[in-house]
Amino acid sequence: MESSFHAFAALRRRPALWAVFLALCLSVFPAAWSRAQDKLSIDLGYVAYAKPTPPPYDLYAPPQDEGEKGAALAVETNNTTGSFIGQAYRLTEAIIPPGGSPVAAAQKLADQGVRLFLADLPAQDLVQLADALRPKGAIVFNVSAQDDALRGPDCRANLFHVAPSRAMLTDSLAQFLLRRQWLRALLVTGPQKADADYAAAFRASAKKFGLKIVAEKPWTFGPLAKARSDSVTEAEALTFARGVDADVIVVADEEDDFGDYIMYRTAEPKLVTGTQGLVAASWHASYIASGAEQLQSRFLRFAGRVMRPIDYQAWMAGRAIGEAAVSTKSADPAQVAAFILGPDFDFGVYKGLPASFRSWDLQLRQPLVLAQPKSTVGIAPQPGFLHERTTLDTLGVDKPETTCHLK
Amino acid sequence: MRGVTISALLIGCAVCCAACPAAAYQVYVTNEKGNSVSVIDTEKLAVTKTIKVGRRPRGVLVSPDGKELYICASDDNGIQVVDTSSQKILRTLNSGPDPEQFALNPSGNPLYIANEDDSQVTVLDVEKNQIVARVPVGVEPEGMALSPDGNVLVNTSEVTSMAHFIDAHTFKLIDSVLVDRRPRVAVFSKDGSQLWVSSEIGGTVAVIDPKAHKIIKKIKFDVPGLTRQEIQPVGVRLTSDGKTAFIALGPANRVAVVDAQTFEVKKYLLVGLRVWHLALTPDEKLLFTTNGNSNDVSVIDVPALKVLKTIPVGLAPLGVVSSPN
Repeated sequence: MESSFHAFAALRRRPALWAVFLALCLSVFPAAWSRAQDKLSIDLGYVAYAKPTPPPYDLYAPPQDEGEKGAALAVETNNTTGSFIGQAYRLTEAIIPPGGSPVAAAQKLADQGVRLFLADLPAQDLVQLADALRPKGAIVFNVSAQDDALRGPDCRANLFHVAPSRAMLTDSLAQFLLRRQWLRALLVTGPQKADADYAAAFRASAKKFGLKIVAEKPWTFGPLAKARSDSVTEAEALTFARGVDADVIVVADEEDDFGDYIMYRTAEPKLVTGTQGLVAASWHASYIASGAEQLQSRFLRFAGRVMRPIDYQAWMAGRAIGEAAVSTKSADPAQVAAFILGPDFDFGVYKGLPASFRSWDLQLRQPLVLAQPKSTVGIAPQPGFLHERTTLDTLGVDKPETTCHLK
Repeated sequence: MRGVTISALLIGCAVCCAACPAAAYQVYVTNEKGNSVSVIDTEKLAVTKTIKVGRRPRGVLVSPDGKELYICASDDNGIQVVDTSSQKILRTLNSGPDPEQFALNPSGNPLYIANEDDSQVTVLDVEKNQIVARVPVGVEPEGMALSPDGNVLVNTSEVTSMAHFIDAHTFKLIDSVLVDRRPRVAVFSKDGSQLWVSSEIGGTVAVIDPKAHKIIKKIKFDVPGLTRQEIQPVGVRLTSDGKTAFIALGPANRVAVVDAQTFEVKKYLLVGLRVWHLALTPDEKLLFTTNGNSNDVSVIDVPALKVLKTIPVGLAPLGVVSSPN
């Protein structure tokens, strides 16, 4: 049991965590330890690629255990409830080395009986994983991929999305810009495919909410935000936005290559938003409203670092499974899926309105945080954006527009 | 000196009672972001004093004799004891980490404290300032209630979504009842036959048989023009005749009036923004609501079921309690 316990891999790396682990055992399994046999076990699998070691000068590189720690915290929380009602949750991680196969690793977990998966994988791998696990009846929660296509033409009936889609992120920003009456945007798009996808999502949001994209420019000066200063390129970059009559510069730069470079380096004073500057995200370290402070401090104690959006998304997936398993008294993926898609399902995610799943594309509807690096600026949906079903459905692709046909 | 003060107070009180039939109580409101307690005089219906207290004051209780105020200073990990006549902080009790809400034994001792960040209930001897027991419960323990016979202690855990029944003498867990998501406040009816538990995310109030540990009734709310998600019940108060219940509905900005015998919602009273907690005066003529987002308190005339007045208080009012006399 211990060998696959969620924190074990981390324990081997960090002996200090043993204390946490022991405390956890004591608190999570009080008198029930001896009755473990009678318990319903609910096994979760976590599949992700190993994160490459960042270069030493990358101050904000994602931690190696990003996501895993969020899932582990959710499992700890589920186990507290479980200790009162005879359920034992277990998280087994499959961290794939570069070039390895997530499908093979997940199949191995499935052979051990895992049917509930959390996956931190790129879109293509996710679809393959969901399809490969489908004959086993397994369901997969996408904890990180934001691709709108996964909620559209590439959607799968056993693939749930707790990560917000790009459309939800850019709709949140657009609502904020509209409320501020900062209506004219200069859209700057990076060279990566993800940047083009983000730009496309922003264009759709601008159209939906009536913002004007006054100009579009590609970013052609390289990853200056990460590079050492380069005087020749810098001079060109300084003037690239000159003469554009925009209220804000919207950057589409998912790799953090240049968005942070633009701020304060343009000729005219311009606010930056999009993937840098003021961003929309599922979670932010500065956000403490609606009880979020509890989750922030619990995670900080648990992981020894602040909670990042992917940690939070993995936590939400773990908690959704927990809520469903408690209510249905079952670990059966079909029952879990049916319950979380049912009309009565929603759960607290510390953002005011409870979260629930959209039946048409299996996307988690949730409020999003609008934040600049050290401060929360607002929450989306912004006040005044109404919807017949729930204001949360003002963010992202709504039922009439969906291109997802679940089979 | 003290005797003189008390007799002066008694005379003062006698004069006041002769002048007006309704007794004047003090209502204490914790301002979570203002780090203060606003004191409202129920006759003047105005803030008469503001007491500076510790960081993030949330739960608030008053001793049975009305002389001491207990305040959960959550960010200071302690419960502050305030002298209600001098408004001075007398001492800080060893509450365990992050105290949020609590209940006081009617005898004045001990205190039963929910430690939100620590998944436990702490039982504290107030006089000795000693922890008597620690009871492990679910994640984010919040509401606390003691049965009128003093035998059963109830705690709600927000994330685990349970009402935990604890033996108030041995401090052993008796049973746990699953309720709707994010349970907040637990209140016993005066005769002890019912336990009311509000579920903030679930949007319901469960009425539980505290002997059988079974839910008798789940009360739902339907405010025209609002979605189900905007109705988030938190504060609960029951009149001692067992006829009426008041439920604060959070961002719905309303207090629901419920017939406590048929469990039907009779009325929704519009109050301030994000209504959290409720307090009845001992004569049950007035109900005070803390409105967290509009930084004020609404006063409800209980017999007439009408909002009488809105009183501005400090930043983010949360907890509220009335003096017993």
